[in-house]
Amino acid sequence: MSESQATWDLAPAPESIGHVHWEKSYGLFINGQFQPSSGDQTFGSINPATEERIAEITEATDADVDQAVKAARNAYEKVWSKMAARERGKYIFRIARLLQEKAREFAVIESLDGGKPIRESRDIDIPLAAAHFFYHAGWADKLEYAFPNRKPKSLGVAGQVIPWNFPLLMAAWKIAPALATGNTVVLKPAETTSLTALKLAEIFQQAELPPGVVNIVTGHGSVGAAIVNHNNVNKIAFTGSTRVGKIIQKAIAGSKKRCTLELGGKAANIIFDDATIDQAVEGIINGIYFNQGHVCCAGSRLFVQESVHDEVIHKLKHRMNSLIVGDPLDKNTDIGAINSKDQLQTINQYIELGKQEGADFYQPQCNLPAKGNWCRPTLFTDVAQSNRIVQEEIFGPVLAVQTFRTVDEVINKANNTPYGLSAGVWTDKGSKIFNMTSQLRAGVIWANTYNKFDPASPFGGYKESGFGREGGLHGLAGYLDF
Amino acid sequence: MAKSNGASGEKNRLEVLKTYKIYIGGQFPRTESGRYYTPEVAGRPLGNICWSSRKDVRNAVVAARGAQAGWWTRTAYNRGQILYRIAEILEGRRDQFVTELQLQGLTKAAARKQVSQSVDRIIYYAGWCDKYQQVFSSVNPVSASYFNFSVLEPMGVVFVVASEESPLLGLVSLLAPIIAGGNTCIVLASESKPLSSITFGEVLATSDVPGGVVNILTGLRSELVEHFSRHLDINAIAIDSPSEPMLLSIQEFAAENVKRIRHYSVDWKNPDSENPYLIQDFCEVKTTWHPIEQISVSGSGY
Amino acid sequence: MSALKSNFRANSPTVDQVGVVERVNRFATRSIKNEAKLKGLKMVLNMIDLTTLEGMDTEGKVKQLCYKARHLHDAVDGIPCVAAVCVYPNFVGLAKASLAQSGINVASVATAFPSGNSSLDIKLTDVKMAVDQGADEIDMVISRGRLHRGDYQYVYDEIAAVKEACGSARLKTILETGELGTLDNVRLASDIAIAAGADFIKTSTGKIQPAATLPVTLVMLEAIRDHHVKTGQMIGMKPAGGISKAKLALHYLIMVKETLGVQWLNNKWFRFGASSLANDVLMQIVKQQSGAYQSPDYFSID
Repeated sequence: MSESQATWDLAPAPESIGHVHWEKSYGLFINGQFQPSSGDQTFGSINPATEERIAEITEATDADVDQAVKAARNAYEKVWSKMAARERGKYIFRIARLLQEKAREFAVIESLDGGKPIRESRDIDIPLAAAHFFYHAGWADKLEYAFPNRKPKSLGVAGQVIPWNFPLLMAAWKIAPALATGNTVVLKPAETTSLTALKLAEIFQQAELPPGVVNIVTGHGSVGAAIVNHNNVNKIAFTGSTRVGKIIQKAIAGSKKRCTLELGGKAANIIFDDATIDQAVEGIINGIYFNQGHVCCAGSRLFVQESVHDEVIHKLKHRMNSLIVGDPLDKNTDIGAINSKDQLQTINQYIELGKQEGADFYQPQCNLPAKGNWCRPTLFTDVAQSNRIVQEEIFGPVLAVQTFRTVDEVINKANNTPYGLSAGVWTDKGSKIFNMTSQLRAGVIWANTYNKFDPASPFGGYKESGFGREGGLHGLAGYLDF
Repeated sequence: MAKSNGASGEKNRLEVLKTYKIYIGGQFPRTESGRYYTPEVAGRPLGNICWSSRKDVRNAVVAARGAQAGWWTRTAYNRGQILYRIAEILEGRRDQFVTELQLQGLTKAAARKQVSQSVDRIIYYAGWCDKYQQVFSSVNPVSASYFNFSVLEPMGVVFVVASEESPLLGLVSLLAPIIAGGNTCIVLASESKPLSSITFGEVLATSDVPGGVVNILTGLRSELVEHFSRHLDINAIAIDSPSEPMLLSIQEFAAENVKRIRHYSVDWKNPDSENPYLIQDFCEVKTTWHPIEQISVSGSGY
Repeated sequence: MSALKSNFRANSPTVDQVGVVERVNRFATRSIKNEAKLKGLKMVLNMIDLTTLEGMDTEGKVKQLCYKARHLHDAVDGIPCVAAVCVYPNFVGLAKASLAQSGINVASVATAFPSGNSSLDIKLTDVKMAVDQGADEIDMVISRGRLHRGDYQYVYDEIAAVKEACGSARLKTILETGELGTLDNVRLASDIAIAAGADFIKTSTGKIQPAATLPVTLVMLEAIRDHHVKTGQMIGMKPAGGISKAKLALHYLIMVKETLGVQWLNNKWFRFGASSLANDVLMQIVKQQSGAYQSPDYFSID
C-alpha cells in the first residue's frame, strides 16, 4: 500500500475566448442604432484582472440623454403602447432565446469586463438574465390577472440606472419587467461594466425590437443624474448604494415620477446550534464570498450560537482554504477580481479598520496573480455589534462574526441596522425557522440556504435598503398605474 | 348619562364644555408645549385645541413603535374583531359625532351621512384583516428545489396627515387600512376641523385598541412637517391631498431614511375609495426560501 | 440500552440534502486538465478494488481478474496496478496465491453479504474463514434492518465484534446507503461504524440501487472529517458501485481533496469499488498521452 503525501494541484483551465466577439469601441444605443455622442468624451473599460483597456465606451451628454428619452417616448407613444400585449410578449421571448443562444459569449465578456469568475457568469448571471426575460415575457398579456379588480396601465418611459456587480443580470431585472408592462426604457449601465449591456443592445437589434423601445446610454454618474432629472421620464428604477438612492429620492421629490430603489444591505446570517453545520458553512461561503462579496444582499454579518462557534469557525476556515482566487476566466476560480481599483481600496481600508478595531483577522494564504485587483477571502472573528465593520456595507469578501446565546438576542442584533434587504437563518427546527423568518425585518429571508435568486421570486428591501420589489408578481406593480 | 336631580332645572343648567386633548399611547395628555390654537368655523371658535409640538410627535412615535410588534403579532382574526369593536363604539356615539361635524360646518344630513359611512368603512376593513394576506401573498415557482413564498408584513410606524376637509370619514379611511395591515400610526388631525378626530380618539380608547396603536395629534401642519418627515423611526407617511409645496418638502425630508410616501387625493365619499390595495400600500413584501428535500424510493437526489 | 440508542441519534449531526447536492455540484464543475488530469487518473487506477461478486463466479474468473489486476494495460509504460481484488470468501485463497508478491491486497466480503441477514455467529465464522485464508481486508455489511428499527446499539456491537474477528485485516464497513432512506441515516450509520472501530466506511454492496453517489459519499467524508478533527484518527472511504467513468472518479478525488485533504489521496485511505472503471481510466490516460480518442476494443475487459 502506498501512502503518498504528494500534492494534487489543478492545472490552469482557462475558458476559451476565441469565439467571443466584442467591438473595440461602442457608441450610444439610441433609437435602435449605435451612434456617437454629441460630445467627444470616451473612457476605457478596464479588465480588472489584467488592468488592460478592453474597449472604448462613450460618455453620454445631457443632450444624448435627452435624445434617448425622446426616442423612448416616441417609441412608447407610436409603437409599444399600441402594440397588442401578446406581440409585446413575443419580442421579450425572442430576446430570452437569443440570449440563451449567445450565453457563453456573454459569460466570457461579463467575466472579462467585470472580474467575476466564469463559473458564476456561466452558471448564474447569464442563465438568470435569460430566465428573467423568459419569465416576464409571459406576463405581458396577463397583467389583469395579477391585480384583481383593477385595470393596469403602463407608465411611459422608465429611466433605469444599474450597478456593476451583476451587469447583465441587473439590466435584465430592469428591462424585462419594464417591457412586459408596456413601458419603454432608457438604461444606464455602470461605467466599469458597460459591455454586456451594449452586447444586449445587439440582441435587441437582432430581435428586431422596434427602435427606441430600449435605449442604452453609457457614462458616469452625471449620465444617471441626467436620466433621473429628466422631465419626460415617468419612472426611475435604481439599484445601487443607499447614499445615491437617497440623492435620487430627494431629486425626484415633488415630481410625479414613480420610483423603485434597490439599495445596500448588511445582512445577518444566523447559525443555530441545531443547524446542519456542514451545509450552513457552505451557506456562509455562498453568502459572503459569492461574486467577491460584491452583493447587496451578502451575508456579511455572521451570527453563530456560542455552543457551536468553534466548530463553525474551524470548518469555515477549512473551507476558505479550498477557495481558489485568481483569473476570472479559469473555470476553477471561486473568487475573481475585485471590480475596480477604487473598490479594492475601499475594501482594504475596511480590512485595516477591522484590524484596528481589534477583531481577529484571518485570510487563507492562497496565491494571487501579480497584476490585477485581488482580495483574499477575509474573516474577522471576535467583533462587536458596535464595530464599523459590522455596521457598514463593505461590498467585498469580508465577513464579520459575532456570537449569540438566545433567539431574542440574535433577532435584536440582526434587526439593529438601518438596512433590511436580506437575512439568513440556519436551524433544523421548523417552528424556530418560522419564528425567525417572521421576526427578521428584511425583504428576502433565506432559511437553510443563502443567495438564491429567481425571476419568479420578488426581491427588495425594508428600511434603508430601498422600496419596491423586482421579480415575481409583486415586481410588476412598480411599472404600472391603476 | 345620569341626569342631575338637583334643584336647578334643565333650562337653567350651565353646559359643561369639553376639553379637547391629544391622544398618545392610550392616554389623553395636553400638548407638552402648553400651547393652544383656536380654529373657527363661520366666525365661531371651535375650542382651545392642543397646538402639538415636535416633542409630542416624538412621544407619539415612541408610543407607536412600542405598540407595533404586539399589534402585528395578534391574530388577524383578533385585529378584525378590534376594528369591528371600533365601529360598534362609533355607532353608539353617532349623535356626538353628528353634533361635532355640524359645529365644523356640515349640514345635519351631511354629518349623519359622514358618520354612517365612517362606521361602514371601518367594518369594511375589519373584514379584510384576515383576508388581504390571502389575496396578496404568493407561492413562487422558482427553478430549483426550494419552497418560495411571499407574504405581506406591515411597514411599521406610519405617520398620517389626515384629510383637512373630511374630518371623520377622511381620517378613518386612511387609518383603518393602515392598522388593519398591522401598522401603528400617528395621525395629524385636520387643522381647521380637529374636533371629531379627538373624539374619535375617545372611541379608540374605549374599544379594545391597545394603547399606542393609534395616536392622534392636533396642531399646525406647516410647523410639524419637517419633524415627522425627518424622524428616523417613522417608516412611512400617508398624506391626504397635500399641497404641492408640502408634498415636495415631505418627500425631500423623507429621503433621509428612505421613507415610503403615499399620498391620496380622492373623494372618500366615493365607494371606490375603499379597497384592500390601501392595506397593501403600507405593507412590505417578504419573500422566504427553504430547501425541499428531494429523496424518493427511486433514489433521486440521493 | 435506550439511553445509548438515543445518544447515537442525538450525537449524529443532521444533513440537508439540497445543500449537499449544491456542494457536490461545485465539485463537479471543477475542471481537471493536462498534468493534473494524468496524475489524477493514475491515482484513480491505484485506488481501485477490482471486484467480482457474482453467484456465477468461478476459479477461472477470479484468476483472470487477478491477472488483470497485475497487468492493467501492459501496452503502456508507467501504469500503476490496482489496490486490491475483492472476492467472496471461498475465493480468497486462490486470489491470494494469484497475487503473490504483487503488492495487491485481497479483500473479501463477509458477514452474510449482501443482505447481512444472519446470526452474529455465522457472520463471525464467515469473517474468520476469509481471514484464515489470508484476506488483507474484510468488507462487512451492517444490519440495516436493525438500524431502521432504531437498534443502534446492536449495529454498533456487531461491527465491534467483526472488527475483533478481523485481527490484523482492515475492516471496511458497508452501510448499503441505498437502503438507508435519508442522508441523516447515512451520517448516523457512518458515525456508528467509525465509533465501533471500522477502518473504512463503504457506501454499497453494488447489489442495491442507488449505489455510490457523490452526495452520499460527501456525507460520509464529512463524518470522517469530524472524527479526524475530534480524535486525530484517519478513517478510509470507499464508494462502491455505479462509478464507471474516469471523469466521475476524478470528481470524487476533488471532493476528497477539498473535504479531507491530500493526505487521503492514496489507496491506504481511499478506494473505488468498481469492476469497469479501470478501462475507462486507461482509455483516458492513453488519450492524454497520444492525443487520440480511444476505443474499448483496444483494452482487455478482464
